[in-house]
Amino acid sequence: MKVYYKTLKDLPREELFAPGHRMCAGCGAAIAMRWITKTIGPNAVIANATGCVEVTTTPYPETAWMHPYIHVAFENSAAVASGVEAAIKTLKKKGRWDAGDTKVVVIAGDGGTYDIGLQSLSGMLERRHGILYILYDNEAYMNTGIQRSGSTPKYAWTTTTPVGTALRGKVQWKKDIMGIVMAHRVPYAATASVAYILDMVNKIKTALDYTEEGPTFLHIFAPCVPGWRYPENKTVEIARLAVETGYFPLYEWDHGKLKLNPPSNNHLDKSKRKPLKEYLKLQGRFAHLTEQEIAEIEKELDAYWEYLGKLTQL
Amino acid sequence: MSLPKASELPIGAVIPEPGSTRRNKTAGWRTLKPVIHDDRCVRCQLCWLYCPEGTIVEIKGVFKVNGKTYDTKYEINYDYCKGCGICANECPTKAIEMVPEAP
Amino acid sequence: MMQKTKLVEALTGNYAAAYAVKASDVDVIAVYPITPQTTIVEKLSEFVANGELNAELIHVESEHSALSAVVGASAAGARVFTATSSQGLELAHEILHIASAMRLPIVMAVPARALSAPISIHNDYGDVMNAKDTGWIIYIAASAQEVYDTIIQAYRVAETANLPAMVAYDGFLMSHTVEPVELNDEEEVRKFLPRPLRPYTLNPKRPVTMGPLASPDWYYEFKYQQATALREAYKVVKEVDALYGEKFGRSYGVVETYRMEDADYAIVTYGGAAYGNAKAAADMARERGIAAGVVRIRLYRPFPTMDVLRALEGVKAFAVLDRAIMFGSPAEGPLYKDIATVMFMHGVDKPAVNIIHGIGQRTMYVEDMYKIYTMLKERPSKEVVFMGVRI
Repeated sequence: MKVYYKTLKDLPREELFAPGHRMCAGCGAAIAMRWITKTIGPNAVIANATGCVEVTTTPYPETAWMHPYIHVAFENSAAVASGVEAAIKTLKKKGRWDAGDTKVVVIAGDGGTYDIGLQSLSGMLERRHGILYILYDNEAYMNTGIQRSGSTPKYAWTTTTPVGTALRGKVQWKKDIMGIVMAHRVPYAATASVAYILDMVNKIKTALDYTEEGPTFLHIFAPCVPGWRYPENKTVEIARLAVETGYFPLYEWDHGKLKLNPPSNNHLDKSKRKPLKEYLKLQGRFAHLTEQEIAEIEKELDAYWEYLGKLTQL
Repeated sequence: MSLPKASELPIGAVIPEPGSTRRNKTAGWRTLKPVIHDDRCVRCQLCWLYCPEGTIVEIKGVFKVNGKTYDTKYEINYDYCKGCGICANECPTKAIEMVPEAP
Repeated sequence: MMQKTKLVEALTGNYAAAYAVKASDVDVIAVYPITPQTTIVEKLSEFVANGELNAELIHVESEHSALSAVVGASAAGARVFTATSSQGLELAHEILHIASAMRLPIVMAVPARALSAPISIHNDYGDVMNAKDTGWIIYIAASAQEVYDTIIQAYRVAETANLPAMVAYDGFLMSHTVEPVELNDEEEVRKFLPRPLRPYTLNPKRPVTMGPLASPDWYYEFKYQQATALREAYKVVKEVDALYGEKFGRSYGVVETYRMEDADYAIVTYGGAAYGNAKAAADMARERGIAAGVVRIRLYRPFPTMDVLRALEGVKAFAVLDRAIMFGSPAEGPLYKDIATVMFMHGVDKPAVNIIHGIGQRTMYVEDMYKIYTMLKERPSKEVVFMGVRI
């Protein structure tokens, strides 16, 4: 990534996301929204998919957004953004755009990206629109009350994958959305966590910059208080442990090269990762896990790290 | 108080006033309230960084604390604080205390 | 001021649509193929490739994304176009409601095609009729010339009324058959379509939020706004059509009549094939002493209530020839239902038959339409007749 901000003191101060919105106390996505809006700057149009963020930030007649903002439906934020980007491009050519170099940014949740939104995301990436697509991942359909999505981790409790004798939470593994995006050969894609703001902000700005070349993608890990079942003051702590245990590695896909970012760059060595239990035990959605199930998750995580390790050799 | 008529509203349900959620003070949401003990604050900025509401404000000035002089001070805008306690949880010097909201 | 030179090309209905879009200084076009509209977007792609049309083509990955993309582009202030039909229109259906509720002046061409299942690529109005209640202005054209003229008019109407407009016509029977089309001077078309000041656009200089969540305290007012806007669009449609006539020499009104001045019996219908055949049948009936006439609905939404009442004032009985089936309805023909409502609300009680015809492009014979007139004369009733099906 390009380093625009070296220390916390360099970070932008002006708030471009108004308080008074209806997001839960301690919401991870709220932290993300605050920093996304600050970093992209005022000269951007935001296309938002239906979800927690959309519904809690635009209760008519109030809006938390200081940016020009459009919400259309659940599965089409990438398609809507494609239209906005094409419009700005053409209007500029015809001398009818008075706002200069306006960027187009999509903000969508895991529901609107992994599942119902995958088609329009893929189409947008394939067409190489100059759009920054930001995924805020709270690992379930949270807005409708915590139902499983393609992003929900295995064994996590959700209302549609409850824990009982016949079923033990989500049956399948979490989908690798970064892998799917990378397969589209985009110029830049990266993961980020709300606990590592400096890293996240530099990545947002880098990704925005690279929209000159094509579509860019950011996968932001955003813990959810009611969905993951933890007390609301632990959001940042959980987002940090996710990275420290290696569960959610911080890395960038930069023009075909995969690079692990600190602290994940040390975690190829398993001994340098904190034990996964430290991350899992803080969350009620994993409270039912047996030792065996935890071992299974760890094994899968180790395999994923091996795969990531190989990718860094590309 | 009666709400506006159809003929008085902008068409297409457009909201023309950016940031209008500011009208909605979410102070009533909290049961615990963060209090910053300035004498323990080392100006690490983490509370300001992580607040989901963006309701911790940075004040510029000259502040003498424990023999050190700082050019900033952090204060909470209680109009919007929902009392999540992330600031207190992240503070490295435990300078923020969550106290029960007065009834 | 009438233009001096006449440029007449032999064009299919689809190509006429493409030429109209080219003349209208469109900015963004969403392209996705579906029979029978594909040749519209193929032609437009050719125009862009040749440098004849300065527009951005978005080769979307589905019709749902096609309509979503033009919603985004229109919201950003661009003049947009897309085309679809049948299953594509169905896939985009969710967005039809959103486009009209967000008051975006999108223009869309729909060469009408039957709906699955079973799959049919052929013409009937099942797809258009299934979209009739989505808040769009809907025109049904009856000739390639009318397709060309109506699309141009639709841009001005949409941008004045702040509502999207659909221009429908017979798939295959019109989209793929060649007729002479007089093309306007493109500079004159641009003058006829000045860019209006849009009430709201996505622009960082004037940021607004579009598409919010509306609770029960707010939602109804916006739907009421939409309902009244569509009713008021009737005046806009008539005004623009008259202005177009003054400038380019061709206008159509909202309802077209054929030999209705002294007609006792009428067929009311829509679309080119049905109207053309009905006119031939009316001539046949006249030769045999039946005072027959035809009424064609050109503006389908908002419904031209008073024009229909006036057109049918003098008749003893009439038949509504529908080319779509609204299953489970008290009468399966959508136009019949609308006209029955009009008659009921205005205290007019006449025998009126609903003829369901030409489903899945089942051939409509002039002789069969002539028989409708004799039926109206000899056994007038109020019933639904499925004509042309093997029972």
